[in-house]
This record gives sequence, structure tokens and C-alpha cells, in this order.
Amino acid sequence: MINLLLKTLVSIVFLFVITLTNASANYVDTYTFQDPVTEKRFNELNKELRCPKCQNQNLSGSNSPIAQDLRREVYELLDQGKADIEIMNYMVARYGEFVLYRPRVNSLTYILWFAPVVLILIGVLVIVFIVRRKPIARKEVELSLDQQDKLKALLKDKDR
Amino acid sequence: MNTLIRFLPLILVLALGGVLYRGLSLDPKNIPSALIGKAMPAFSLTKLTDKSQIITEDDLKGKVVLINVWGTWCVYCKYEHPYLVDIAKSGRVALYGLNYKDERIAANQWLKDYEDPYVFSIFDESGRLGVDLGVTAAPETFVIDDKGIIRMKYVGPIDGRIWQDNFLPIIKKIENEYQANQKQGEE
Repeated sequence: MINLLLKTLVSIVFLFVITLTNASANYVDTYTFQDPVTEKRFNELNKELRCPKCQNQNLSGSNSPIAQDLRREVYELLDQGKADIEIMNYMVARYGEFVLYRPRVNSLTYILWFAPVVLILIGVLVIVFIVRRKPIARKEVELSLDQQDKLKALLKDKDR
Repeated sequence: MNTLIRFLPLILVLALGGVLYRGLSLDPKNIPSALIGKAMPAFSLTKLTDKSQIITEDDLKGKVVLINVWGTWCVYCKYEHPYLVDIAKSGRVALYGLNYKDERIAANQWLKDYEDPYVFSIFDESGRLGVDLGVTAAPETFVIDDKGIIRMKYVGPIDGRIWQDNFLPIIKKIENEYQANQKQGEE
């Protein structure tokens, strides 16, 4: 028992170590930044923006030529003193909403953003409905006189 | 009412199944271009054949303008090349090339080795005009009308069937609009 517990514990710790050291490969360009804040913004933007060619990789995770080009664009826009939102808009104007990993709230994405909330509400309503429903009334069954006599006779029969 | 509630879960599951089944046949790579209906972005780059000659968006002239993004590194560009030659010879559209992330000497040699279907090619070594156009790779082809508005983008190589199905309808539409405008001008 203790053996099993120990094993489980060790695997959990191991898992944590793997997640913390983060095995994902980030491509490092040789960009130099004016200050650490800009560098941090650069890395954050590259995580938020999706590579338009590679379907499910962000800019920092892809080394396709287009991802390299877009990282260069992000770097230059930051260098020009553009705000994060301006850089996002710049990318959306060229590559569409597809490049955003967190889609914006608009008429196309309402269902994406609000469907989970609506579904949870429906679930809660269903539970409330089931819990509060009155139990089905049971009909009181009364025996007729004849039947009562029969019952008594049967019970007497058994006692003997 | 009661039977409806009883069948509601089944109906919901079938509806969800329908949506998911539809998703199976959709192509996730088919991303609509963000530039449809917008003007051709401004640029100032050199001609592929002559590095001293600057070209801008005003140099792309024609009733229907096609911009074909190509490179010597692009395998499918070779596949679509004979079709592009045919399209250029038909004279119905003005076909321009955008030599994308390539080397000038290699690209010029490529055009010499095969055949140059383009009125001229724009030399975009850094891929900057490519970014402005939302290009992700080559080949891609843009259809632009006489007012300089981008009307369509096709991702992938052109062949006879794609030309028929994807390009001719929009080209006809642009030609009709052009004729209607001409008539209005005369009246």
C-alpha cells in the first residue's frame, strides 16, 4: 500500500518537473531589445498570434518562413513604439481573425464566447426543475369489504 | 409536449452530430483573405529584371489584373507555370508576378529557362509586400479589378479546372461591371 502511494507521489512530482521545465521549443531570433519590457511584450505577442500557415502553432513555436517574417514585423512595430492592440490590428488587417488565438467578441463569435455560459445555465435549470418536481402522488388503494375478509382469512390460514 | 421533452436529448445529439459531421468535410486551411474588397496595398519595390526601376501599385494596369505570387523555391509554381503561360497568351487579363522571398539572379534564370508569362515581376526579397497582402506561401494569386480593389485570392496552384471554376466567374463579373460603368460614362 505504502509502496503504491510512494510510486504515485514520485510520478506526480516527475510530472510537475516536466511541466515546469516546459519542453516546448521556442525559436530564438537574434533580436536585441531596448529594454526587458519590450522583450517581454515581444514574447507575449508571439504567443498570442497564430502562424497563418501552420494551423496550430503560434509565431514563437514555428520556424516557417512566414512565422519568421511576422516575428520580424512584430519586432519592427514594437521598435516603432506601436501599442500591442495596434500590432494585433495590423496582423488582423492582413491575415484575418485567424491569427488571433483569442478571438474577438463580435457577431460571428458570440456563440463561441457565450454558448458555454448558456449551456451551464440550461443545466442548472434542468437540475432545479428535477429537484423541485413534486413526487408523483400515489393513489391510496382501499380494499373492498370482500377483499378484506379474504385477506383476513388468508392471514389466519398462515398463522395455523 | 411531454413526448417532445422526451425526444429533446435525441434531437440535440442529432443536431450536434450534424454540425460535427459537416466539420469533417471543411478544409481548415481554407482561410478567407482579410483583403477582399480592399484596395491593393501601396508598395515601392524594384522590377525583377531591373533593380534600378522602381514599381508602385499604380504600375499595375488592366481591366482585370492578376498578381501571381511565385518563387524559384516553390515546387507548385512549376506545376502551374504552363497554365499561366496560356492565361497570359489569352490576353484577357493582365498577369503580373510577385517574386516572393527569392534571389534575383535565380529568379531571372528561372524565367529564362522556362517562359516569362508576366507583364513584369515585382521583386519582393524580404516578403514585406507579401505580409501586406496576407501571403502565407506560394503560389497564391490575387484578382484585382480596374479600380485597384482586391476581389479574390486563390491559394495553391492554378490549373485548367481551377481557372474554369474559381477564376472565370469573378473575371466575368469584373468585366461586366466594367462594361456597365463604361455605358454609364457614355450616357
